[in-house]
Amino acid sequence: MSTITLTVKKIPEIYLECESLNPDTFAGKNAEQIAKLPCYQGKAMSTLGDFFTIEGNAGATATDTQIVVNGDCSKMKYIGAKMTAGEMVVNSDCDMYTGSWMSGGKLLVKGSVHSFCGLAMKGGEFTVEGNAGNYLGAAYRGDWRGMSGGILRVKGNAGSDIASFMTGGEMIIEGSADIHIGTHMDGGKIIIKGNVNRRLGGQLVKGELYVFGNINVMMPGYKKVSEVDLDVDGTKAKFAEYIGDLGERHPKKKGETVYGKLYKKL
Amino acid sequence: MSEYIIKNGHVFDPVQGIKGDKKDIAVKDGKIVDKVGSSAKVIDAKGKTIMAGALDIHAHVAGPKVNAGRWYRPEDKHFDSHKVPGITRIEGGKSIPTVFKTGYAYARMGFTFAMEAAMPPLYARHVHEEIHDTPIIDEGALPVFGNNWFVMEYLKNQEIENSAAYVAWILRQTKGYGIKVVNPGGTEAWAWGLNCLSIHDNVPYFDITPAEIITGLMKTNEYLGLPHSMHIHQNNLGNPGNYTVTLDTLRLAEGVKANNNFGRDQIMHSTHLQFHSYKGTNWGDFESGAKEVMDYVNKQKNITVDTGNVTLDETTTMTADGPFEHHLHGLNHLKWFNVDVELETAAGVVPYIYDPNIRVCATQWAIGLELALYAKDPMRCFITTDHPNAGPFTRYPRVYAWLMSKKYRDERLNTFKHADKVISATNLSGMDREISLYELAQMTRAGPAKALGLSKDYGGLKVGMNADIAIYNIDPDNFPSAGAEIEKAFGNVAYLFKDGKICVENGKVVDMGNKHTFWVDAKVKENKQVMHDIREKFLKYYSVNENNYPVPESYAPHQHIINVDAA
Repeated sequence: MSTITLTVKKIPEIYLECESLNPDTFAGKNAEQIAKLPCYQGKAMSTLGDFFTIEGNAGATATDTQIVVNGDCSKMKYIGAKMTAGEMVVNSDCDMYTGSWMSGGKLLVKGSVHSFCGLAMKGGEFTVEGNAGNYLGAAYRGDWRGMSGGILRVKGNAGSDIASFMTGGEMIIEGSADIHIGTHMDGGKIIIKGNVNRRLGGQLVKGELYVFGNINVMMPGYKKVSEVDLDVDGTKAKFAEYIGDLGERHPKKKGETVYGKLYKKL
Repeated sequence: MSEYIIKNGHVFDPVQGIKGDKKDIAVKDGKIVDKVGSSAKVIDAKGKTIMAGALDIHAHVAGPKVNAGRWYRPEDKHFDSHKVPGITRIEGGKSIPTVFKTGYAYARMGFTFAMEAAMPPLYARHVHEEIHDTPIIDEGALPVFGNNWFVMEYLKNQEIENSAAYVAWILRQTKGYGIKVVNPGGTEAWAWGLNCLSIHDNVPYFDITPAEIITGLMKTNEYLGLPHSMHIHQNNLGNPGNYTVTLDTLRLAEGVKANNNFGRDQIMHSTHLQFHSYKGTNWGDFESGAKEVMDYVNKQKNITVDTGNVTLDETTTMTADGPFEHHLHGLNHLKWFNVDVELETAAGVVPYIYDPNIRVCATQWAIGLELALYAKDPMRCFITTDHPNAGPFTRYPRVYAWLMSKKYRDERLNTFKHADKVISATNLSGMDREISLYELAQMTRAGPAKALGLSKDYGGLKVGMNADIAIYNIDPDNFPSAGAEIEKAFGNVAYLFKDGKICVENGKVVDMGNKHTFWVDAKVKENKQVMHDIREKFLKYYSVNENNYPVPESYAPHQHIINVDAA
């Protein structure tokens, strides 16, 4: 695996759209070629070389490419978006769309990410060591296809409207999250180790929600059915099991209605 | 204005019957001329195909429902919001492109005219605002009449003269081009929670049937002598078994004679026929009725049709057929937009994914191609995708490639997930016909121009006609064998002349041209009854004042007015 290191040399004046900053675009290119890749500031096109010093070469394929990004990326969007393979480590905060539409590989952000990150993620591993904003792993504005695969882990807190329209994959928030979690969810798994505010699993058709902390206000469409012992992401404990959202349509399998599940740690 | 001489190209022009012969074409002052001076700029078209600019007879490209699609589907334009170098503005959107992209994309494919297929009269200003902002191509818009209260009341009593006076008034108020009919009676019936699924269903309250509305509007059209015929989206769209309703509707054309000074022969244009050519009783035994429908169309000479080819893309359906969109939303559960337009019409919008892995979608794809391949007279069968309903218009090159190469369409057909079922539900696999370049020029140029009553100046390359010329990188002596190459050639013209000006060169837009808005000004005798009815309905029902209804001149500053005298 070849490592290529990008270091921010100029903070963009307005937000920079780094749609080229991913292993797939870098694959097979040397530092000089990568410096010429486009990035947009509004309607003006500039190049990655205008904002980063670039050292090393990318591997022949995305799988063989590791990208390390240093410096302040808090005004950069789309880092690691659409990546299908390879590895990326960003030693900074990032702006919107980080890791969105990714379908493979590993993306590690050592800082925090803004809203709309991990949108419609299909596969791979996306880890945020800081906090995440709103709409994490959700569907793009207007779209009805949210996160469908992969593992999205946030070590801090997450905002509101996370995992909207989720259909698969796993999202783990080690801190707390705000309102509207897993709205319209139709599969997949969300684990929240801290507290959640309200409107958890509204209009949820299928899928699993796990909450370790408190739920400020429970949705009326959930009904407690039993208590179970579970091992959730390394934590063994007793959970109250709820089914829901009872106000939503639910599919039938072998004559039985399939409900979404909500597990609240006791 | 500059003079040009296009040399050595292979010309395909149904107007003059030229089938690929090498012929020089001279252009001066926006017209095709006999000869030009020695200083004329020479365009070398050696090894290239030359046709007139194409005309799209039916596309939803401007107006409130198109814009509803744009604002409620931000995801449709998400990844294409960047500015590219050159004179063009940002081009966003796939199934519902921005007005700018609409103009550029049509021009790049060799089109010089598009007809907005459904203009709600009340919102005509919005339609014209968008048309005005669409660069390069000429456009017109068809106001919808099939569920209009005035029309239903006049036609119920067979008052063709009053109906004609009202239509003429609307065309002038809205700067409209002709008579569009969408699910006649059915959209109005839906206000009562009903629909008209056959042409003999009664429209509640108005006590009239779709058959009476259709026949009445055909007669109204010929009474006025409009350049285009009555243009119909039939009842019972998109349902298995609907081909019998389609045949019933088409038969209404028997016995009605065309009356106009524009060289138009048809009295009914039946649009997006693919959606109306289904056999079977449900989605399980759903199959093609293309042969039955086209057998009738082929022998009934006063009908023209367009195909409505499914392109197998994710798209956005939109129509004035309100009940249909509600029905579709019930099938796919995707977001639904709906609006009622007072006394006139309604509209709905629902996203739709024509998934090649779904048997029904693949069968619809095959039916669309069958229709074009069954057509015996390419001057009466035009290729459309009912943009964006069956697919975006930007897929025309691919549709052409499927029609022009049996190999290419068979590759697609045989690799469907349910290929066996699709093959047995359709006749496509047994069809060997490949559409020729000459036939394509009939189906996309001369044919639609004639059906729109524009054949005097458009759709051909005869001396005196408008210099709308598309030059493609296709050598007819060495026709591309790969479908992808055909697609590429039709998607990127070598040159597009619009009104004698080069607007596209090597697939790149280089000039915004001088676009015009076409509309029809029909003069009728003063009709006090109709003017009284209009005044009364505005006072009683409309949410706007009659004086705020017309489209002001400033909304269509570059007009091409076609005058009709029925007085």
